[in-house]
Amino acid sequence: MALLLILLLPIPAAAQGFAGMGSDAEGFAVPRPDPDFTFPGDHGSHPDYRIEWWYLTANLEAPDGTPYGLQWTLFRSALAPGERPGWQSPQIWFGHAAVTGPDLHHVAERFARGGIGQAGVRAAPFSAWIDDWRMEGETFDRMRLSASGPDFTYDMTLTANGPLVLHGQGGHSVKSAQGQASYYYSQPHFAIEGRLALPDGEVPVKGTAWLDREWSSQPLAADQDGWDWFSLSFATGAKLMGFRLRGAAGDQFTYATWIAPDGSAVALDRGAFQATPLETTPVAGREVPTRWRVVVPDKDVDVMVAALNPQAWMAVSLPYWEGPVRVSGSHQGRGYLEMTGYE
Amino acid sequence: MTRACLQALFSHWWRNPLQLFTLLAGLGLATALWSGVQAVNSEARSSYDAAAATLGEARFDQLVPRAGDTIPQQTFVALRRAGWKVAPVLSGTMTANGIRVRIVGIDPLTAPGGIGPQALETGTDPAAFLSQPVLFANPEVADPLAGAVPDRVVPDKGVAPGTALTDIGVAQRLLERPGELSRLIIVPRQPMGRPPLDRIAPDLLRRPAQGGSDVRRLTDSFHLNLSAFGLLSFAVGIFIVHGAIGLAFEQRRAMVRTLRALGMPLRRLVILMAAELLMLALVAGAIGVLLGYAVAAALLPDVAATLEGLYGAQVSGALQLRPAWWLSGLGIAMAGTVLAGAGALWRIARMPILHSAGARAWSMTSRRWRRVQAVAAVALFLAAGILARHGDGLVPGFGLLACLLLGAALALPLLLDPLLDVGMRRTRGVVSEWFWADTRQQLPGLSLSLMALLLAMAANVGVSTMVSSFRLTFEGFLDQRLASELYVTAEDKAQAEELQAFVASRVRAVLPLLSVETRLAGVAADLYGARVGPTYSENWKFLDSRKPVWPHVAAGEAVIVNEQLARRAGLTIGEHLDVGQGVRLPIAGIVGDYGNPVGQAVIGEALFRKLFPEIRATRFGLRSNDPEALRAALIRELGLPPGAIVDQARIKAFSMRVFERTFTVTAALNVLTLAVAGFAMLMSLLTLAGMRVPQLAPAWALGLTRRTLGRLELLRAMLLAALTMAMALPLGLALAWVLLAIVNVEAFGWRLPMYLFPSDYAVLGVCALAAATLAAAWPAWRLSRTPPSDLLKVFSNER
Repeated sequence: MALLLILLLPIPAAAQGFAGMGSDAEGFAVPRPDPDFTFPGDHGSHPDYRIEWWYLTANLEAPDGTPYGLQWTLFRSALAPGERPGWQSPQIWFGHAAVTGPDLHHVAERFARGGIGQAGVRAAPFSAWIDDWRMEGETFDRMRLSASGPDFTYDMTLTANGPLVLHGQGGHSVKSAQGQASYYYSQPHFAIEGRLALPDGEVPVKGTAWLDREWSSQPLAADQDGWDWFSLSFATGAKLMGFRLRGAAGDQFTYATWIAPDGSAVALDRGAFQATPLETTPVAGREVPTRWRVVVPDKDVDVMVAALNPQAWMAVSLPYWEGPVRVSGSHQGRGYLEMTGYE
Repeated sequence: MTRACLQALFSHWWRNPLQLFTLLAGLGLATALWSGVQAVNSEARSSYDAAAATLGEARFDQLVPRAGDTIPQQTFVALRRAGWKVAPVLSGTMTANGIRVRIVGIDPLTAPGGIGPQALETGTDPAAFLSQPVLFANPEVADPLAGAVPDRVVPDKGVAPGTALTDIGVAQRLLERPGELSRLIIVPRQPMGRPPLDRIAPDLLRRPAQGGSDVRRLTDSFHLNLSAFGLLSFAVGIFIVHGAIGLAFEQRRAMVRTLRALGMPLRRLVILMAAELLMLALVAGAIGVLLGYAVAAALLPDVAATLEGLYGAQVSGALQLRPAWWLSGLGIAMAGTVLAGAGALWRIARMPILHSAGARAWSMTSRRWRRVQAVAAVALFLAAGILARHGDGLVPGFGLLACLLLGAALALPLLLDPLLDVGMRRTRGVVSEWFWADTRQQLPGLSLSLMALLLAMAANVGVSTMVSSFRLTFEGFLDQRLASELYVTAEDKAQAEELQAFVASRVRAVLPLLSVETRLAGVAADLYGARVGPTYSENWKFLDSRKPVWPHVAAGEAVIVNEQLARRAGLTIGEHLDVGQGVRLPIAGIVGDYGNPVGQAVIGEALFRKLFPEIRATRFGLRSNDPEALRAALIRELGLPPGAIVDQARIKAFSMRVFERTFTVTAALNVLTLAVAGFAMLMSLLTLAGMRVPQLAPAWALGLTRRTLGRLELLRAMLLAALTMAMALPLGLALAWVLLAIVNVEAFGWRLPMYLFPSDYAVLGVCALAAATLAAAWPAWRLSRTPPSDLLKVFSNER
């Protein structure tokens, strides 16, 4: 998901735009095929890699049936490999949080330096935090989640109802034809419940959440300038994670994981996942696709994916679009969509 | 036709170059003084702005420690983790190659926008700021700093003078204060649902933006004083311009009549004349701006030193010619011209086409005009009275000044006329009677320049009274507050203990300087603990007190407050003040505390230690009969760095040096205003000289020699100057009173006692007389050399 982050890492990358994001690793560790993750250790941070994130999105519903979406993201971006004490730490942390409804979208952003305790991630007992934003619990399967912004706060509990899912080859997820890759696993089976505090009052909500964990040092090829990322949960119990990386030349690199109702995951062949924009919406001064056709012929999936709130623009330092979606067509369901690189 | 008309209009200036010069010089000088003062002001302000941007002082609320000057880094993290968006700042000074540099460390990740160095916002790679240590330094300190630190130093004009900005980690290393912060900036937009501040960080005090150590407000009042000066000078200049324009229009009436008789439409004529004036204003304005730049460049170093000495505000001593000054300088020149020329143009526009073009001398002679003038003067004095009684704030204070000055200027000819009348009645003899009568007759023509002289002298009297009173008061204050012979600063508490033990047997008294920043009666203030002894009781003078003051303070039964706190919180003697933890003490004395922006209160040492047990003094005043030997012993035997010991004489000398600088600024402006007024007089006399030939010719024909006539001219100028001086003195004193008792109270929060300086006024009188004599000398000399044929011509072709 948020490959985007790397950008955020951004600071130097921001100057260059989405293209040309560091494709060489400059002393950082590089993901190798067939990793052997150990948990809970790998829930923690990997400071030898350039970028890493803990990325949670949730589809929620209020008692009156109003749908909401929620995002909680912690990014780590290293200026240099490894960790040093105090302000000398080369690790920079930033968080994005959002609450989205059919006609509201609140966003907050935080920054912190590693090394002084303002932000970080501990593997066990698990705790990921920046300022007062927290995702923590005795185990990775039961956690509290909270965040606050100028016009919202939320406080949730997460309960995992299924196993972790490793993407690609045992968690080694290839991102380009040249071989750029990341380590990537998810927990797509969270039940989530809690309260949103909005300017108009509190709203009790419950629903499902999807957590992505990814770390890498050279996630994009030089000619890739953006991506569209989908996490969809179907009424059948099956789930689909798919993304397409858009090349500057118009070519695409797509990739997807099919997660069966029992939690077993299959990496689909390259090209098996097709996403086509059907309709764009003017958002923050640019045209962003907010209705898509997603097709996975192998799994008889041919659905329409539409934004719950087309204006779900993340107006943070390096802005992007991220929001809840509704799925209709061959399958019914809901999910989250992230799009970057639309200038 | 337009061209012919313009040619005709310009021919006037061609034939009267002196008038043209008067106009341009008057307007140019006025603009110069105005824009010079503005330049000094805006340069100083932009320096503060850079400082404020560096320190976030002006725009953001901040958290500062209640006591001491350190916030543990853990407090910052705790606040962040509780949801408070705050940004850390560490500041301190280090010595780099003999130069003191203020190091300010910030965290670019949490600092609100606009805090960082400009270079960082204009494309320098911020990641480099974090990953490779770099200091952005004011260009003046960049070089010395580069040699003293291992890190890269980048000169940046946006950084405050004497300051270098860097990452907080680098600052902690350079200042050797790991894990320490100085203060926290509160980011304006905070998240919902935070716990209250005092639950997370009870040791921190929230200081509102623009509050507390409000350098800006203080220095504003200094600039206001300067601005008042500039405006006054400009008014003086406008008097000159008004005179020159009036004269030029008066003399061109014949030309106007002829042009109109030849078919020139009135409308176009008026437009052309207005255009001509504006063009002249542009030229004069441009000259004025350049002159003003020169004035500012000459004054700025002194102003910078004054501000730094007085308020600790740092101002760069360098000057840049900014486009805004060009605009404001030209604008004020135009505005002045319009002000001065509107009346003349209006009269031309209303003049009947075949109206007599006779030299009706100065229109101001009319009885009606004098009545208007009298009514206006009375109205202005009334307004001044009302403002003095009911005005509140700086603006009414300056309004009062303006009413007083304008009213006095308008009243001047009305007062001089009866005086001259008295003189005339009391003299016998043809020549002296003629002298008085002729002087009266000249009064209308000279009145504008005399008003200018009056204003200039009054401003001189007023401002020098204020500055001198300030100096006297401050000297007394220094004696009171710097009673100890030596002041010693220990590096830490341990050294402080050692120091006290060391000096115990060597000095008459050790006076620890205990203080804590707090709020008293709802006002941010410093609370001091005093070890009461003869030092205090002998040296402190109270503005108001209930005796005996010190025994009660020593016993912890009374408190002393400074004037600032008393005024701000509306406290009087006998009222009770909560000094902390619910301890309420009656106020036993109010003490003058000049030049200090902050409220202060003093309680006994024992009570202070009980209320604030965590505060330990690290600064001490030492009473000694042999300060030199003690100083040497402290350095040699205790190993104190010489910089940690300050002797009273040096502080006093430094403070007085600051005042000398203030004096330089004031003196320079005084000389300039007086010069402008003298110039106005010269020009009036010169223009009058030509017109007066017809009046002097009969006197010459009756037997007065040209020499005698010249001498009488000189005498007349001196007489008028002396009379004007006589009126300027009370006006100046009134001006001083307004500055000290109204403007100063509004701007600084304390009232200055007013002292009189008769010898200064005498010197000023002599200067004014000399200026008038100088101004009259040339016209008088020219008169004494007028060819008899010119005088005879008066009779041959009498108009």
